[in-house]
Formats: sequence, structure tokens, C-alpha cells
Amino acid sequence: MSDKPAGFPKPSSIEVAKGAEAAQAAYPYYMQFAPEDDDRFWFYNSMHFPEPMHHFDMVTAEAAYCALGSSNTRVHCLPTTLGIDYRVINGRVYIGGNAVTDPAEIERRTEEFQKRAFYYYEHWERLYDQWKDKMRKLISDAQELPKPELPEFEPLENVHAGKGVASNHYLLETYHKTLEGYFRMWHHHFEFLLLGYGAYMVFFDFCKKAFPEITDQTIARMVAGFEAEIFKPDDEVKRLAHKAVELGLEGKFAGDISADDVLASLEQMGEAGREWLKELETSRNPWFNVNVGDGFYHYHRSWNDDLSLPFSAIPGYAAKIKAGENLDRPMEKLKEERQELIDGYRDLLSTDEERGAYDQMIELACRVFPYVEGHKFYCEHWYTNLFFNKIREYGGLFVEHGLIDDAEEIFHLTRYEVEQGIVDVMTSWSNGSPTRGGKRFRAMIAERKKAIEIWAGMDSAPALGPVPDMIDDPAIVMLWGITRENLDVWLDGPADANSKEIRGFAASSGIAEGPARVIKSVQEINRLEEGDILVCQVTNPTWAPVFQKISAAVSDIGGSMSHAAIVAREYGLPAVVGTGQATARIQDGQRIRVDGARGVVTLL
Amino acid sequence: MTTPNISWFADIGLSDRPSVGGKGGSLGELTNAGIEVPPGFVVRTEAFERFIQKLDKEEPLRAPVEALDPDDLDKVGAVTKAIRERIENEPMPADVDDAIQSAYKDLCGDDANAPVAVRSSATTEDADDASFAGLQDTYLWVLGAEETMKMVRSCWASLYSVESVCYRRRQNFPESGVAMGVVVQKMVDARTAGVMFTRSPLTGDRSVITIEGAWGLGSSVVSGEVTPDRWVVGKLTGEITTRDISDKHIRQSPKPGGGIEDVELPEAERTAPCLSDEELLQLKDVARKTEKHYGKPQDIEWAVEKETGKILLLQSRPETVWSAKDAAPVAAAQDNPMKHVMNIFGGKRS
Repeated sequence: MSDKPAGFPKPSSIEVAKGAEAAQAAYPYYMQFAPEDDDRFWFYNSMHFPEPMHHFDMVTAEAAYCALGSSNTRVHCLPTTLGIDYRVINGRVYIGGNAVTDPAEIERRTEEFQKRAFYYYEHWERLYDQWKDKMRKLISDAQELPKPELPEFEPLENVHAGKGVASNHYLLETYHKTLEGYFRMWHHHFEFLLLGYGAYMVFFDFCKKAFPEITDQTIARMVAGFEAEIFKPDDEVKRLAHKAVELGLEGKFAGDISADDVLASLEQMGEAGREWLKELETSRNPWFNVNVGDGFYHYHRSWNDDLSLPFSAIPGYAAKIKAGENLDRPMEKLKEERQELIDGYRDLLSTDEERGAYDQMIELACRVFPYVEGHKFYCEHWYTNLFFNKIREYGGLFVEHGLIDDAEEIFHLTRYEVEQGIVDVMTSWSNGSPTRGGKRFRAMIAERKKAIEIWAGMDSAPALGPVPDMIDDPAIVMLWGITRENLDVWLDGPADANSKEIRGFAASSGIAEGPARVIKSVQEINRLEEGDILVCQVTNPTWAPVFQKISAAVSDIGGSMSHAAIVAREYGLPAVVGTGQATARIQDGQRIRVDGARGVVTLL
Repeated sequence: MTTPNISWFADIGLSDRPSVGGKGGSLGELTNAGIEVPPGFVVRTEAFERFIQKLDKEEPLRAPVEALDPDDLDKVGAVTKAIRERIENEPMPADVDDAIQSAYKDLCGDDANAPVAVRSSATTEDADDASFAGLQDTYLWVLGAEETMKMVRSCWASLYSVESVCYRRRQNFPESGVAMGVVVQKMVDARTAGVMFTRSPLTGDRSVITIEGAWGLGSSVVSGEVTPDRWVVGKLTGEITTRDISDKHIRQSPKPGGGIEDVELPEAERTAPCLSDEELLQLKDVARKTEKHYGKPQDIEWAVEKETGKILLLQSRPETVWSAKDAAPVAAAQDNPMKHVMNIFGGKRS
């Protein structure tokens, strides 16, 4: 083809930013681009890793791709694809698929796939119940891991019991168990994921063919559950708001007052305060184990770590309760509406033949959907919180032993360097000498902090390497929504910066006009006022309580099944997601119009 | 009340086509389905038959037409012209004349000059074939009983146009079977009017309703004189997924002395949407109800009455373009439902 586009920059042509060379070199060798990578197609995984990677956080990429790849390549044997390869450059994670193209090999793998995947579909409920048990066990194991700390002397009872192993040994053991659990969690995460998305996509594709003008959101509404874990945290905040009104405490949450002060003032007010705090505890465990991001970065903290977000939503809910509004989601009505949609679209099909296929496909899609919706709470939220908080405890240990100045700095070290630090601490405790890594670590951390800053300010190519003729990798299409057509848009370069329109996925229909509030982190969430339009990089379940205030939502990242889309539909708010550039192009306070049915944001 | 000569919409339905024509039957059907149409009546085929028989008695009419050679255009022209003149001028049987006049009064009440629409309503299945049915005449904004009588005659006379007669002669259709109903209904002074399809004209999608509308009477949309605003509304969801607001340079309005005229519009009105979201959803509901009633996709003309804001249907016909296409089924049920997933996992290459 003569008009075939030249392609994206070669990986080898990407220069490491000046001043960040040492930080780049510190990532493990197997994540570094090498000359032979120039012949392959790579794309920037901005969906999962929209920010430059702290060195420790690369463990998420390692564990996730290890597990995703095993599932595709070896466990379910997807016919046309093996796993995902990944590299990191200038703090950005690039990934590439490994397609299977030999017809004989595809056929061989198809046979294997049907023996494995079909079994999973057939026994989905049982296997998913079993999955939840496995996940809960994994979570409780992680909760039981001891805090890494070292006594001055070994406790006497250990000595008298003839334990024969000193406390410093457990620093290493717990660290290994922590990492092992995280890698294992990602295996669980992918056990059903591709199969679940695949079954959903089958139904999705069918609907798009049978009803060419149906919206993505309508298809999603037909299979979505209403009791999914994703709704629970917000439901709990509403429950606590009810309780606060009942006990006459809602005034305690108003105004610019820190979560700690709220807790302290409730503590002091006696019976009513204590009763509410008891309710808070039942909400926190487990439902406040949701974090303020996708859980891929250590700084995506959970509600349990910072109660300010759920607390800030209480006054708004309390006011609505006192005005006689019913905050409960009308489950029966929602279920009825969903059934009406399913039946309505079924009636519109032209033949019984199609209706037969539709019934089979929607049955399968609904069977897999609880996992698609529910797994994130257990994996990306709950477990990831436990994991990063355990590492944070090691950060505290490092501070105590003079290796670093702040517990958070531990995330600037790779997981291998953390292990070196642990052995340093173990040795120092064992022989009475000071730890030896303090100077070295401090220099590295300073370098890496600066690198993250430099990288955050750089533009990243959306893709690298030659343009593939076609993208036939179901994982890449399903998980990242990347198609051959996307690449042409990328090759054309960024959209006209002067255009008054920003396009994204039509996530929830309706039109709203108002001032944009560009929120770059959850800490800024309190800036949102009634009627504002939320403009953010990505939302997740913790943001749900702010949806009561806003008039529309716009995000950089996400598809029609993303959290922002699901919650916006719940609240009946217009939403456009996956714009790629909203937070960069929209000024805070600027008036914008959001057309959620068309997926267009207009700058006014 | 229905007499041999006229029927009110409420008293008829599609099955009355042989005696009230397709258009009249359809308006009756809609009325009885609880879908609002401008009120009116049909001058039944019996009235036409009485008149023609009267004329035939005075001077043979059907036999000379039946004897015509469709290739002898001069003769066809001369004979049909004479017949049309007779239909337009000879006195009607008194009972027919009375029935129409009094029905007009019942329809329009005290207003002796109330505007009505007079439309021919053909009786045969291939009614859409204008060459047979006569010109599918529609006279808008007809004022008063006298003028109405005149237009009824014009509709009848159109059955004796040169094309109509030639067509019948070629098909060897007996003249005794020629009949026509005429619809007389109150004229809607429309703020906005247009058409809608219960199946996407672009993709054939049956889950959306495409609505097109412009300011004033719907004739500007039907004739293509104005580029209408266009919306796509989810049939089941009510989501408005497309909004194309166009520059609608004119509005067709009733002319003071009868008939219609084009009115230039000021800039602001030209580019303002001619329907609100609420009206779009009301139209969607009416479209669904109509489609449900007929059991197949419909092609609908509608108007929003200026004074009341009421939505009225002017006409509903079965959609023909996509219905005629034999689309292959999107998918068929599988012996093992799991096999569907191979669409995703099987790969395009294999």
C-alpha cells in the first residue's frame, strides 16, 4: 500500500529526558526498550498508567502483565493472541500485543480454548463463588501479615519457646509474602476478566449490528447489575447521612473541618456520637476500602486512609434527607426498567432466529457481568490498599532506621532496592551497626523525584514503532479500545487546539451547561459547587458522592463502562468520558456545554 | 353520524377501505386507536357512485371511457376533459350535496369560513400508484362549504385525468369499479410540522425514531423546500442521540384568502430548533403507539398545533424502503451458546 502511513517514532529514537537518565536506568532491565523492539508496535497505556511511574509502582505493571499474559497464553489459550509485553521509558508504560497469525497454530489453540474457556462459561457461577472465597482468603491473609517492626530484644517468650528465629527474619518473610500476595491477586484478577469482557463484547457487537444506532450506554444498561460492589461505598455514605440526621449530628460535618476534627468532636459528644461512630466502623469494613484512583499507584489512597471525601458528602445528603428526598436507589424500578429494555429490544428484532441468538448472548453477558463489575472492588481497591499500606509500613521502618526521611519515599525505590534496604535494616539490627544505605537512598530518591517531575511535564507519543495492518488482538481491542482506526487518528496528530469541541465516548445522555471545575486530584474535590461540571482525568467509586452536586461529568480516560459513565447514568447526569484531553484544554471556571448523547464537550 | 354519503373518522377503520379509501380508513383507524388526528369525515365512495350514476343517466359517461383506445391520446384528451367539466359543474344529487354541506357545518360549527383540508382517498391496494388513483390531490386551507364542495369535485375529477384513464384502459380495468373517497378534515394551523419514521431511513435501525420538522405547515418538509431540523430519538430509551439543527429559511403559512404562502424568517428563528425535547418525546410516544397499532414500521406526517401545542398526526403509512430489503439475520442461535464467543476470540484472520 503506497499510502500506508510511515508509522510512529521508533522506540530507539525516544530520548531519555535530560537529568532523568539515572532514574530511567534504575528500572529493571526487562522493562527497558532494546534495539530489537524497534520492529514492533507499542502503545502508551495511558488508560491504566496516566502518570509517570514511581519505581516501586512498576510492580503493578509487572504483576498485572504476568498474570494477564499467563491467562491468555497458557491458561485459557486465546486462539489469536499471547500475552502483553511492556516497557517503560520516561516513566511511561508502553505495551504491545503478541499476535498469533499462523492458521494452524490458531486452530490448535482454538481447540484448547474451547476445552478451557467453554468450561468456565458453563460453570461460571460456581467458579465465581469459588473466586470470591479465594479472594476473601487472600485478603484476610494479607490483613494478618504482621507490621514490620523490630524490638530492642527478642521477646522473652520467643526465647523460652525455643523459636530459634529472630524478628529480623520476619521482615524479609513478610515482604516476600506481601509481594507474593500481590502477584497472586493479579492472577485472580485475570482469571475471568478476558472471558467476561469477551462475552459482553459478543452481545455488544450483536446489538451494534442489529441496531446500528443504539448507544453504548443502552447496551451497558441492559446487562448492568444494581447491587454491584461498585455502588456500595456511596450507599454506605448515604446510610451514614441518614444516621447522622436521625441522631441530629449532621451539623458536625459542615464547613471546612478536617476528618480528624470531626471524629474528635463526635467522640466528645457522648452517646449519640459513639453510636454514629459504631455505624461508621461497619461501613469502613469493607466498603471504605475504595481508593481514589484505579489502585495502580501507591498514592491512590482509600477512604479508610482519608475520611475527608465520604465526610464531605454527608452535609449534601443530609440536606436532601431533611427535605424529604428518598436517596435509596429504586432497585425494583431499575430492575423493571432493565427488563423492559431487554424485552423491548428483543421485540424489535426481525426474526425468531435473531431472537434465539439474542437470548443466548444476553444470558451469557448477564452471567459474566457480576464479575466484570465486581472484581475491581476486591482487586484494584481492597487488596491494592492493603498492599501499598504494607509497603508504607516498611517505609516507616526505613525512616526509623535512617534510610529515608519520609515513609512515602519508599515508593521511589524499585521492589528490588526495597529488599536491599530491608536486608540492610536486618543486618544493622543484628550487628548493632547503623544502616548503610541512607546516603545512597537519599541521593537516588532526590534524583527520582526530579525525574518524575520532568517526565510529568513531557508529552508522550501515543504509540511507537511500525503501524500494524490490523489489530486482531481481542485483549487490546477489549481492554484498551484500540482499533486500527484509532491509530490513524493518532497519526494525524493531536486534534486542532483551536477547535471549540472536544470529543469522547457518549457515556450518559443529556445536555448540561455550566462552569467547568477542573479537578486534578481527589484533594481538590471540595472545590466542587452545586451545578458545576466536573472535569477530571479519571473517576472511580470514591468519587460517587460528588455526583449529587454536579450537573455533568467529563473525563480524560474511560469508556462507556467506566466508573464515571456508570455512576453518571445512575444519577441521570450527562457525561462524556475518554476525551483524552479535557483536563488539559478546559480552563477551571470556563463555561462549557456537555452533550452526553453525542459525546461532545463544547467550550463556550 | 354515518350516512350512505359520509362517515366520521370515529366510525371507520382500515377495513372500510373499499368505501372510504385508504387515507380515510387510516385516519379512522388512528382515531379509534386513541391517536389524535385533526377531526374530519370522509365523503364515501357511495356519494361518488351516486353522482356518477346520475351523470351517466343524463348522458353516458362510463361506456365512452371504457371504449377509449389508450393510444389515441387526442380522443382520450377530449373525452376526459368533457367528463371532468361535467363533474366539476353539473349539479350533485341533492342528498349528496346536503350530506357534505351539513357535515362541513358539523365539523366547523359557527365558523362558516373555517379552513379545511380536502384530500383524495383511493380505494385500491396499489393506491400509492398515482397513475391509477388519479392525482393524489390534497387541497390545503380550503375556506367554507362552497369551496369545499368544489375541491371534492376536483378530487373526483382527477380520476378522469388522461393518465388515470389511460392506465385503466391498459389494465383493462372495468369502469364500474372506479371509486374514490374524499377526506375533509380541519386544517391544523401548525407552529411546527414534519415527518417521522419509526425505523431509521439511514440504517434501517428499528430501535430509533427519526424526526424531521420545520416551522409552519409540513408541506415545506414533504416537498423538500426547507431543510428540516433532524433528531434521532431512542424508541425505548427516549435518548436524543442526534440533533441536527438546520437553517430553515422559510415558513409555509396559510394565506389570508385561502391556500398557503412562503414567509421569510428572521435570522434567530431560522436556526432555532423547531421542537423542544419534551415535544420530541411526545412525538416518540405517538410514533411508538402508531407503530404498535399497525404492527410494522411507519412513515408518519405530524403537526404541532399553534394555538394549543397539541400534537396531531396527519397521516401514517407503512415504511416501504427497508421493509422491502431482505436483510440477512445478524446472528442465529447456536447449538452451544458458548460458540458465540468465537466471534470475539476466533480472530478475523482465521
